[in-house]
Amino acid sequence: MPADERLTVKFWGTRGSIPVAMTSAEVRRKLIAALLRASGRTLDTPEKAAGFLERELDFAVSHTFGGDSSCVEIVTGRRDYVLCDLGSGARVFGNDVLATRGPSGNTFHAFMSHPHWDHIMGFPFFMPAYTSGNRIRIYGCHADLEEAFRGQHAAPSFPVEFSRLPAAIEFVRLEPERDYEIEGLRVRPKLQHHGGDSYGYRFQVNDKVVVYSTDAEHKLDDLAEIRSFADFFRDADLVIFDSQYSLAETTSIKEDWGHSSNVVGLELCQMARAKRLCLYHHEPVSDDEQIAALLAETRRLEEITRGDRRVEILAAFDGMEIAL
Amino acid sequence: MDLRQKRYADTVVLSPVGRIDHSTSEGFKAALAPYMARCAVGLDRVLLDFVSVEYISSVGLRVLMLASKQAKTQGGSLGVAALQPAVKEIFDISRFTMVLDVFPSVREGLARLSPPALAAFDAG
Repeated sequence: MPADERLTVKFWGTRGSIPVAMTSAEVRRKLIAALLRASGRTLDTPEKAAGFLERELDFAVSHTFGGDSSCVEIVTGRRDYVLCDLGSGARVFGNDVLATRGPSGNTFHAFMSHPHWDHIMGFPFFMPAYTSGNRIRIYGCHADLEEAFRGQHAAPSFPVEFSRLPAAIEFVRLEPERDYEIEGLRVRPKLQHHGGDSYGYRFQVNDKVVVYSTDAEHKLDDLAEIRSFADFFRDADLVIFDSQYSLAETTSIKEDWGHSSNVVGLELCQMARAKRLCLYHHEPVSDDEQIAALLAETRRLEEITRGDRRVEILAAFDGMEIAL
Repeated sequence: MDLRQKRYADTVVLSPVGRIDHSTSEGFKAALAPYMARCAVGLDRVLLDFVSVEYISSVGLRVLMLASKQAKTQGGSLGVAALQPAVKEIFDISRFTMVLDVFPSVREGLARLSPPALAAFDAG
């Protein structure tokens, strides 16, 4: 990436554990709220209506956080694509590539946190895999990563065997705590607490740092572990963080379920002097209002615990772009 | 961490001071341990007076969670009272108000935990 270009992060899937879709009841609730707010106004052009939506409605009314499972793109300015995880959001991403870049001649670098289903389930519907002339390199630290991808294509789960996919697909085993230079990025994986293990990735290009850390539980009484993650997040421009549960849940009924909370994400970012915390891997039970409330509460927590430096708090949604 | 202690009948009121974070939570846990050992059916009830606690981090909240679990296992009662506004917000945001017994004041905590303790408190 040229030094004067900006790194951009695009979110294609932000939901944890399983994809979800808004129900008719939720759509109806949003419409009623929007129509009530519009009462008495003259919104007789698309522009006026769009302006009203943007300026006067809360995000949770006018938008949705979305329901696809984990998939994040790191846009470096180079021709190849860089992704984190291939959850159901990868289907939408793949279709976008077809529409904007064409069906063939593309190279994809996908860094896998782990092979749990919600992180690989988009691949059977990732259209670039069905076209020869595309190259897909799947990176990860798990020994059984390729087996997991092949397994979900096998009968009786799916009709197209992995071996019949026309794209050139390679699996690249990485070691944690080692730096790699891939597609202009310095990439370092890190082992995380999760059932069957997961790995976070620290991406650096020029002076910009993005950390992708999902499906990770943090043992609060292990000070060495907390410090090692603060180092992993150190001075990051953006930390994409698994905040699926509340802190109370992660220390009680959902202890050892392998996920973390907004509170721990903020504390780690404050320790690391990171610039932005992006709440990610949203709980599938949560509706838009609940995720919006989580964002507002985390911003408030940042205010009342702020030291000498502010951490900007964001909540990922499908389609969100962050320019760094 | 030093815990000031006052006894009202069958209830011990403990008063931590300052910040409960990564640098102090182990001390808080150690100071709490002997009282939690006696927080059991037929023995003591424990009420934490948080009026002088300025901040509590996730690791401090985890100490409270472990203490609460221990109390429940032993058939005892543990409460937290008199949170400063910022600390109350931390409890709310972390959802600890949903898993711990939190009271607006020491008196209200004693009223819920033990009528004899409340009588002793009111008697001065």
